[in-house]
Amino acid sequence: MSYEPSVHELNRRRLRRRLRWRSSLIASLVTVSVFAVLVIGVVSSPGWPSVREYFFSGFHARESFPEIARGFLKNIALFLMAEPLILVLGLAVALARQARSPWLTPVRVLAVIYTDLFRGIPTILLVLLLGFGVPALGLSGVPNSLFFWALVALVLSYGAYVAEVFRAGIESIHPSQVASAQALGLTRGQTMRYVVVPQAVRRVVPPLLNDFVSLQKDTALVLVVGIFDAVNAAQDYSNYNFNDTAIVVVACFFIVLTIPLARLTDWLQRRVAERERSGAR
Amino acid sequence: MTVLEVTGLRKSYADKVVLRDVDLAVDAHDVVCLIGASGSGKSTLLRCLNLLEKIDDGVIAFEGEEVSDPRVDPRRVRQRMGMVFQAYNLFPHLSVLDNCTLAPRRVHGVPRQDAEQRARELLARCGLAEKAEVHPDRLSGGQQQRAALVRALCTAPTLLLLDEITAALDPELVGEVLQIVGELAADGTTMVVATHEMAFAREVATRVCFLDEGRIVEQGTPEAIFTAPREERTRQFLRRVLPG
Ligand SMILES: Nc1ncnc2c1ncn2[C@@H]1O[C@H](COP(=O)(O)OP(=O)(O)O)[C@@H](O)[C@H]1O
Ligand SMILES: [Mg+2]
Repeated sequence: MSYEPSVHELNRRRLRRRLRWRSSLIASLVTVSVFAVLVIGVVSSPGWPSVREYFFSGFHARESFPEIARGFLKNIALFLMAEPLILVLGLAVALARQARSPWLTPVRVLAVIYTDLFRGIPTILLVLLLGFGVPALGLSGVPNSLFFWALVALVLSYGAYVAEVFRAGIESIHPSQVASAQALGLTRGQTMRYVVVPQAVRRVVPPLLNDFVSLQKDTALVLVVGIFDAVNAAQDYSNYNFNDTAIVVVACFFIVLTIPLARLTDWLQRRVAERERSGAR
Repeated sequence: MTVLEVTGLRKSYADKVVLRDVDLAVDAHDVVCLIGASGSGKSTLLRCLNLLEKIDDGVIAFEGEEVSDPRVDPRRVRQRMGMVFQAYNLFPHLSVLDNCTLAPRRVHGVPRQDAEQRARELLARCGLAEKAEVHPDRLSGGQQQRAALVRALCTAPTLLLLDEITAALDPELVGEVLQIVGELAADGTTMVVATHEMAFAREVATRVCFLDEGRIVEQGTPEAIFTAPREERTRQFLRRVLPG
């Protein structure tokens, strides 16, 4: 027998549709008006014509664009190289702090010192120290490219943060999970590898991605040692042309880079959750 | 043959003594049921047997070897002693099948195919053939607990420790789990079972131990304990938990 919704249900569905319509209408109207008021407020302010010329000049945007884009490739290169290195370093340090074997005590102590020290030093100082300091030592067999040492500084600085994120994830796994892995005869290492870390990593994806958004922006810090990245290029243009539009342009570059990353995180998160819930492998 | 022999076991947390003077012998094919009020020390005793807790005095001998010696690697002992917890503790990121094959593959070095074949047989026996590919949170409580039982059985342990495995289940799901434990007992599996299910203890146990404030006050056959308990404390406890 086929199912026919009752008249009552049909009426209810119509009503639901109407209510949905009404809320979308209200949402659009309110949003448009708020933004309109904001834009009008800014545009009608007395200083707007000069601000527009100084920060939003179409001419200067076009002129500065190629140089900034070229510089931005450096930011992207730094970011793409640093990210996997940071993940590996962070996880390794977090695991070292969990080690219980007496043989690994020095490793554990080193891991603690590393996180304490490198989380404490402002990233900009690390870039300066490593970028100028290490090449100045004149050591043989050590690369003395500025780019290399700026990359090392970023990796060391963010590695310490990411290690703490992983550690928080590892420690958030309930002790009963460890107990049942041990009851099955797994070693501490196997318990970490097959039971704790896989669950911890799933949990820390959002805070990790947050750190990576921050890293994308901090690639701009390498300009302090004179690397000609996007921000350096923009500053250069502004100083030369007495116009700050280039700064706005470079800001847009960073926004365009970070938004997809945020969307990607959400999507990954949802997929993992769905897979675990649906029971697919 | 004696599988497990405990003598003079004592366990305390800080200055709170939780187990004292516990003597317990478990022979092959025995089903020893631990009964007693909440907080009497049943879980602690099982955790001590599994070497999940350090003991404060006494000796635990498993298959003729003193395993309470600090030089003994607990993992070697746990490879032959399965344990199932009240809260199932399945690994949520692994499918039921992977939960069951993790220890055989990683600890016992069984090839993947053999481990999966054995796990599927046992899952089928416990009515979970359809659920092998599924993650644990898609199972009902009773199914999760049965999966946890299979996980413990996959390594073919000489001794199985069960800690109130039906206590977290809805009443209508208790039967399906206990039925499997009953079948295991009938097959001659050696078990130490902490339980609140008196009917189950009466039917399946070869010996019942009544714990009170960390002591085994009385132990004997189910008939002896349930129909003619010697100790007043046992009588009081049974009056509270048995209907009628
Ligand atoms: N980790 C712990 N720290 C301190 N006290 C504990 C701990 N675990 C258990 N206890 C205490 O030991 C006693 C026995 O607990 P338990 O073995 O869980 O009893 P049962 O399983 O019979 O209900 C209880 O009084 C409990 O409070
Ligand atoms: Mg208990």
